[in-house]
Amino acid sequence: MSDQTHPYAIELEGISKRFGAVQANKDIGLQVPAGTIHGIIGENGAGKSTLMSIIYGFYEADSGTISIDGQQVDIRNSQDAIKVGIGMVHQHFMLVENFTVLENVILGAEGGAVLNQGISAARKELKRLEQEYSLDIDVDAVVENLPVGLQQRVEILKALYRGAKILILDEPTGVLTPQEADHLFRILKSLTEQGVTVLLITHKLREILASTDNVSVMRQGEMVAHRETATTDKEELAELMVGKKVRLKVNKDEAQPQQAVLTAKELSFFDGQGVERLKKVSLELKAGEILGIAGVSGNGQSELLNVLSGITPMASGEIQFAGQTITANAAKTAAQMRDLKMAHVPEDRHKMGLVTGFEAYEAAVLGYHDSSDYNGAILMDRKAMLDECNERMAAWDVRPPNPHLKTANFSGGNQQKIVIAREVEQNPEVLLIGQPTRGVDIGAIENIHEQIVKLRDAGKAILLVSVELDEIMALSDRIIVMFDGAIVGQVDASEADERTLGLMMANAWNEEQGAPE
Amino acid sequence: MFETLILILDATLRVSTPLILAALAGLFSERSGIVDIGLEGKMLGGAFAAAAAAAVFGSAWIGLLFAIGASVCLALIHGFACITHRGDHIVSGVAINTIVAGLTVTLGLDWFSQGGQTPALTGDARFTPITLPFAEQVADVPVIGLIYSELLSGHNILVYLAFAFVPATYWVVFKTRFGLRLRAVGENPHAVDTAGISVALVRYRAVIICGVLCGIAGAYLSTAHNAGFLKDMSAGKGYMALAALIFGKWRPVPVLCACLLFGFLDAVAVRLQGVSLPGIGEVPVQAIEVLPYVLTVLLLAGFIGKAVGPKAIGKPYVKERA
Repeated sequence: MSDQTHPYAIELEGISKRFGAVQANKDIGLQVPAGTIHGIIGENGAGKSTLMSIIYGFYEADSGTISIDGQQVDIRNSQDAIKVGIGMVHQHFMLVENFTVLENVILGAEGGAVLNQGISAARKELKRLEQEYSLDIDVDAVVENLPVGLQQRVEILKALYRGAKILILDEPTGVLTPQEADHLFRILKSLTEQGVTVLLITHKLREILASTDNVSVMRQGEMVAHRETATTDKEELAELMVGKKVRLKVNKDEAQPQQAVLTAKELSFFDGQGVERLKKVSLELKAGEILGIAGVSGNGQSELLNVLSGITPMASGEIQFAGQTITANAAKTAAQMRDLKMAHVPEDRHKMGLVTGFEAYEAAVLGYHDSSDYNGAILMDRKAMLDECNERMAAWDVRPPNPHLKTANFSGGNQQKIVIAREVEQNPEVLLIGQPTRGVDIGAIENIHEQIVKLRDAGKAILLVSVELDEIMALSDRIIVMFDGAIVGQVDASEADERTLGLMMANAWNEEQGAPE
Repeated sequence: MFETLILILDATLRVSTPLILAALAGLFSERSGIVDIGLEGKMLGGAFAAAAAAAVFGSAWIGLLFAIGASVCLALIHGFACITHRGDHIVSGVAINTIVAGLTVTLGLDWFSQGGQTPALTGDARFTPITLPFAEQVADVPVIGLIYSELLSGHNILVYLAFAFVPATYWVVFKTRFGLRLRAVGENPHAVDTAGISVALVRYRAVIICGVLCGIAGAYLSTAHNAGFLKDMSAGKGYMALAALIFGKWRPVPVLCACLLFGFLDAVAVRLQGVSLPGIGEVPVQAIEVLPYVLTVLLLAGFIGKAVGPKAIGKPYVKERA
């Protein structure tokens, strides 16, 4: 690492932070040499984001010191952090959507009470930065019209404009295609060549291995290991992250697909603005298989789930399911689809899957609350609901196993288990499942994946939507790729690789092949 | 006919003035993300403070200062509830309206013993019309003379001030650092916070400006438009200003146009009171007075364009716990 004459770009010592009963960071130490990309990896809830928020002045640490270039600094708010040369690209972009790129960049660094001079100076400086790091971006474009990849570059530009020498990126690739992610890493590389130090927070092992110089691993609020990236590998890092050997592959046998149970023909859907979000999507789902829908988020997967599950009516097309033909004129509601034994685990468990103010046993019957299992003559049968909830909590290892805890107070993984258990235990013929492991830690992911495979082996049909390519590839028997509301590719899971799927997700596969499909 | 039109337009300017001031006040507040249904109460409080101080000190200008002071205090209460304590903006605003409606009358009774009114103001205790240069000389020139001497000349200083505030507001909101931060904080306060700017400070500044403008609007009601404070004299103008703000889509010039339109409707309604039109008969004044609200509802329902407000409006800013 760095020798003693060159101090570290950033050095943390004994950083601790407690939120109520939760020790989010415990005695964290970290040393990052200047001009390197340093990865910080850990499960959700390991304390990575808290640590970065402390460095960026969002929270104040309870104890510990931060030194920049060998000088101890006192960071009380984001302004202090910016002053000492720290810039941050947040996971959820901190951009004002109806502002131009330029306005977003100068916000907080306007250079004078009146905007005029500031703007022309900024324009010049941005031109220089853009060329230096080949960011190519139109500074007069309105941010909401830019694709996410470019929005992220605006964030980077914002940090550089403020003279950031240390750039923190929090889960930067969650919303990017593999190609966009590669581009991002090229930009980061060129930044380090100019002396910028990059801190990369992620839970994706592949990215850490491909792009960092050093890596630190966090687990349950503690820094458990520091490694030179070249001397470590996926298995070691994964083990350090969770503290036990994990399988990166899902163990499953060859699928035994049977008859088709759900057939969709040329489904179309228009959103409130009249934009066509689903463009004649046709697919066939067979019993005993997992059909994975890959794609960058926002390319029609959510709409597909909503139309199939009956939440939003289709504009045209036809669904054959359980001996029924469902069309725009003969629509079925979500409740009717449920009655036909179609279960749905929605993508956003907070907005659609749960009522976060409900206690677990109440959340566990949502959507099936009219079932005679849970109802007496007049009132709901609380005892039946509680018994069933207790049973499921034991079977699915939901922690804490307290049916009276509000669902908001469970961790992401346990909330998801409550939702999935609710849907799976109804013994459906078809399970639609969106982002099953979003915001779920590795231990729970394993458990959820096993349950999905078990359901498949019981001869049920599963439609899996996920933006995590690893998950799609590990679970699916067949993979469909969506782009801009249409299906752009279909591959057998055994033949799928990341590069092919990535190109399909960016709709660049056909061009690369030089021929239309 | 032409003269009638000029007279109606002249009245339009006068009734629009408090609307313009209050709507611009609301613009600052709402652009920063703070819903302000309390425009009405701040205006009424300002009107009372202005009339009371003017009656005691005999100066309209001192009255204006007191109006601004009272209104800013109310604005700070709203800010304290909504910004510092993350309370519900509507509840806080309605509370202010209710308190002020009762408090002004109570204090008025106690201080002046005139049934809740303040003493009638005369002389320097009121803002009097200003005659623009040469108004009398050109009065006889056809068309232009009438427009200049009747329509443009002969208003009090607050009317001119209100109109001058429109370009000033435009400049502040769109051309200054404060304006950029104001708009940003109403759209995405997280972006402002991470840029190292205090969200609370920007919002407090916005509500203070809102208070100042509402205070001027109140002073106009009691010391310029009328000669003293009357119970509930704001008579829904604060709500109408809010409607104009939405109708003008939170932009200064369209807001001005909306205020003028609503003012015009009001002037016409007054003009038509008791007048029997040929073929129609007597027009119920209420039908015209309700138009601003009907138009606003139609706008909100999406029949006339679309009104999209600042995205973070009404939402308390809470630093997320990562």
